[in-house]
Amino acid sequence: MTDQEELKELLECIRFAYGYDFTEYAEASVKRRIDHFMSSNKIVSLGALGKALLREDAFFEQFILEITVNVTEMFRDPDFYKSLRENVIARLATYPFIKVWIAGSSTGEEIYSIAILLKEEGLLERSVIYATDINQKALQTAKEGVYSLGNMKNYTTNYLKAGGKNSFSDYYTAKYDSVLLDRSLKQNIVFAAHNLAADKSFNEFQLVLCRNVLIYFNQQLQNKVINLLYESLCPFGFLALGNKESLLFTDKRNMFEDVDKKERIFIKTG
Amino acid sequence: MSDKHLKIEAVVVGVSAGGLMALSGILTELPAAFPLPIIVVQHRSKDERTVLEDVLRSKCKIRVKQADEKEKIEGGMVYIAPAGYHLLIEANRSFSLSCDAPVNFSRPSIDVLFESAAEVYETKLIGVILTGANKDGAAGMQAIKRRGGITIAQNPASALFPAMPRAAIDTGCVYYILKLEEIKNFLLEIGKN
Repeated sequence: MTDQEELKELLECIRFAYGYDFTEYAEASVKRRIDHFMSSNKIVSLGALGKALLREDAFFEQFILEITVNVTEMFRDPDFYKSLRENVIARLATYPFIKVWIAGSSTGEEIYSIAILLKEEGLLERSVIYATDINQKALQTAKEGVYSLGNMKNYTTNYLKAGGKNSFSDYYTAKYDSVLLDRSLKQNIVFAAHNLAADKSFNEFQLVLCRNVLIYFNQQLQNKVINLLYESLCPFGFLALGNKESLLFTDKRNMFEDVDKKERIFIKTG
Repeated sequence: MSDKHLKIEAVVVGVSAGGLMALSGILTELPAAFPLPIIVVQHRSKDERTVLEDVLRSKCKIRVKQADEKEKIEGGMVYIAPAGYHLLIEANRSFSLSCDAPVNFSRPSIDVLFESAAEVYETKLIGVILTGANKDGAAGMQAIKRRGGITIAQNPASALFPAMPRAAIDTGCVYYILKLEEIKNFLLEIGKN
């Protein structure tokens, strides 16, 4: 059996035994994460990994947490946030009640960036942000809103480039090596587990962010997820993808128009 | 070079500080019809979107573009990894991107590209490490050698920043230590087969 066949078999096996479906993930990335997991747990072959995963539920949990965690930062791609301010906020402000979905919210940096942006635009009080991720541990980190002090310099730079209106340090309290984000940012956030590969649409939103999540999926799954996001948007709702992601190969590509082509912000028109 | 290498399918290049000059030295003289894809990781600032591609495009005969996710890899193209993403190769010869944590403080990381390319292309791959001030790429070059590919490092004495080719050479996995001019000629020669 080749490595590729062996990997496929392992993913099938995980799907069958535990219901987590990674068979439609982009293989190269999933493989890299699995390799990393194996070497940090001193497992030498995919076969041995498969046996260990089936033997022990706790070990499987650990595996899932490690291979589904995405890395992000506050105000990643400052130009994107600037564009949201300039091209989307005014339209959102016309709704009496604003629902935002951050699909694949990971450890929460993006959630709080959006909350800060909405707050500065005077919209946070009438907004609800639904933050979902497949990874329970990442969701827990997001909920706590505690981050490393060492990252704040980078985040402050990002914040300023993104058109931030205040001093970024207004939004956190530093203690030892950590910062706790301002509690008021959290009041309208709903955290929930949601698996884009398997779960359905659960509400209708004016803005959906799903950034740097699709790159981990193959084309079939990308298409499926874009359909799910499409169904979750109100007419003329906004969709934001990562700056290397596109709708080009999905069957809903003609149902959206560009709001900002470069920053990958779309509006649902069909 | 043994027979198993005669059908080289791709060239991967890793470069860091001093990269623009080094890349120009190799790429500008390749013909538009160069038969192989050349896939490049150049360490770059995360906010720099397309300057590198634009500059190289203006100097090269061979086509230069930023690698897009799911894009099919074709000959006669130079693909550059986008800022802020790792670039990986899928078994069906297409690209994947990832935002996983930086490797060797770098995203894109040379090791990530080289290791995934080594798995896909095996003996049919050439890995090239050029100037740079860190150690990224050393593990990737070992992966290429392990799978039977060809490994080339820029001669540290001729590199603007010798640390990166030096680190690769120190692993003992480099077949050829060449100056830029010689690397270019090597590629032109491979291109003729």
